[in-house]
Amino acid sequence: MTTPSLWRDLRRFTDARVGLGRAGTAQPTAAHLDFQEAHARARDAVWSGLDVRALEVALDRPVRRVRSAAPDRRTFLLRPDLGRRLADDTELPRAPGTVAIVIADGLCAIGVQRHAPAVLQRLLPLLPLPVGPIVIAEQARVALGDDIAERLGAAAVVVMIGERPGLSATDSLGLYLTWTPRRGRTDAERNCISNIRPGGLTYDEAAAKAAWLLRAAQTLGATGVALKDDMPATALPAPC
Amino acid sequence: MPFAQTIGGTRYVFGDLKALMARATPPRSGDALAGVAAESAAERVAAQRALADLPLAHFLSEAVIPYEADEVTRLIMDRHDVAAFAPVRHLTVGGFRDWLLAADPAAVTALAPGLTPEMVAAVSKIMRVADLIQVAAKCRVITRFRNTIGLPGTLSIRLQPNHPTDDPRGIAASVLDGLLLGAGDAVIGVNPATDNVEAVMRVLDMLDTVRDRFAIPTQSCVLSHVTTTMLAMDRGAPVDLVFQSIGGTEATNTSFGVSLSTLREAREQALSLKRGTVGDNVMYFETGQGSALSAEAHHGVDQQTIEARAYAVAREFAPLLVNTVVGFIGPEYLFDGKQIIRAGLEDHCCGKLLGLPMGVDVCYTNHAESDQDDMDTLLTCLAVAGVTYVMGVPGADDVMLAYQSTSFHDGLTARAMLGKRAAPEFEEWLARMGIGSDTDRIPARLSPALIGLS
Repeated sequence: MTTPSLWRDLRRFTDARVGLGRAGTAQPTAAHLDFQEAHARARDAVWSGLDVRALEVALDRPVRRVRSAAPDRRTFLLRPDLGRRLADDTELPRAPGTVAIVIADGLCAIGVQRHAPAVLQRLLPLLPLPVGPIVIAEQARVALGDDIAERLGAAAVVVMIGERPGLSATDSLGLYLTWTPRRGRTDAERNCISNIRPGGLTYDEAAAKAAWLLRAAQTLGATGVALKDDMPATALPAPC
Repeated sequence: MPFAQTIGGTRYVFGDLKALMARATPPRSGDALAGVAAESAAERVAAQRALADLPLAHFLSEAVIPYEADEVTRLIMDRHDVAAFAPVRHLTVGGFRDWLLAADPAAVTALAPGLTPEMVAAVSKIMRVADLIQVAAKCRVITRFRNTIGLPGTLSIRLQPNHPTDDPRGIAASVLDGLLLGAGDAVIGVNPATDNVEAVMRVLDMLDTVRDRFAIPTQSCVLSHVTTTMLAMDRGAPVDLVFQSIGGTEATNTSFGVSLSTLREAREQALSLKRGTVGDNVMYFETGQGSALSAEAHHGVDQQTIEARAYAVAREFAPLLVNTVVGFIGPEYLFDGKQIIRAGLEDHCCGKLLGLPMGVDVCYTNHAESDQDDMDTLLTCLAVAGVTYVMGVPGADDVMLAYQSTSFHDGLTARAMLGKRAAPEFEEWLARMGIGSDTDRIPARLSPALIGLS
């Protein structure tokens, strides 16, 4: 590539809103309205729901469905405590010694719907322990995975959850890994892999990193701040 | 000790100091979520009246979280400066509000070591927005590393060039864009997408290269966990500032994976690198109302009081920069633009009263009832209040953290509207580099090829 000499040429290096130009000190009209449109789309995405049937078809595996104690989206947004707790009537089997997989809508279902099946497909062969039940969870926060995994008796839980929608991406998926999950675990006791989407982290990179962290967690007996993500860049498989 | 107040024929009783403060707090969703908010507007104003009658000295004898149970309480009590407190020792909370509104800037500034977070939180609860602005504007806080932050008449900008995969060229492009729009005097600070040590060191190296090639009188920071930054320093990375998110209770900090001793150790390590040229304020902290409740570590104390307690943690370590990330946490803590605006002004005022170089990330997430109009309002109020710095994000859209903050343009606009300037060393550099013209051509001295953009 040639060296950019014009401000707007910086756009080829990033999706960030660079090189917008100026109208006085403010943004020009076109850039301002682009922003307004993106914000409108992101606002709508917050209210997107999970199409569980379609997700089951894409996963092509037996799944269990659960809901959090938050009965609807508005309650879910205002009461994170309910989104971290299973609904009262939830029943789950025991699956000791496994890695539980929780596929959760989180703050935006679009990314989960689009990317969770592909990431899971790549992750399953790399898991250091047998895979436990695959649980689809609605109106779910990250910590709902602890409640689910504790009931299963799982050794670890991978929560695949929709990240809150931004202006540039409304389809970002996050993975949260927790070793010996149980209710009351804090976020400092998890490891997170975020921004899984086109233009962000690829499916292969996300699966390889999750597997690396789970193996390291198995050795250490813990996830979270104690487990440093010290995975060398060269450990990633070649892009395919 | 219980407090009581009768208004309109109804007697309201508040069981202890933390209950009184919580009920006196202007409405916000997080306190309702925690179950500590006033149940009616009348109860709230009753609590405000009772709080206004409380002697300031009472805060030295009743802690909202017990001394034995919390190292932040111990820090607050042990560090209290009796001599600095003397000018207001005889006042009630209400009298303190009147005193602050009438006092001159030097007197307000000198008070800081004599104030506890609970005192400033209490007085802020009986202040209107205009009071929060006026009082904050009286506080003088100046810090230094490679430039001078917080001089009267200045407004600094943190250049926040985040990238979803920490791609060095993507980050460099946003850095250059920000520099061309006058941002970066507070810090060039990247939130990394991962806490991977190698990746963090790569970004640190890149930022240091940019700063060095363009000879920018500023500091860089990668906002990774403090322990990751310590590891990077062990491995020889060019660390200017050590960053950490902090909260106002020991248990919140535990949930963040830090303690006062970790922070102390990290600061010592950063000081030993001796990278500052005009000063040695090496710490950078972020805070935000709601983090304690989010970590279930709030002890029944309202979120604004706990936020103010986080500032006691911050001031222990003589930071270069502190900012509340006011609307980042979501609508369950601050529901809409109105709540975000008030919280941002409270946090700024309380931080300044406690002697901190207080900035504000004027921001919101997409699930909050807010928009850019609210941010314009808050930014303008903060600029009038003399906010130390705000964020500069390309087009106000953070493509990594998925929230909206203030843009480089917003920073320029706030400076232009109020006649504010960048930090003097940085302003001189902008002039030297030929930045500020209206042309679309990048000045030759800022050749993108110098920082790997070709």
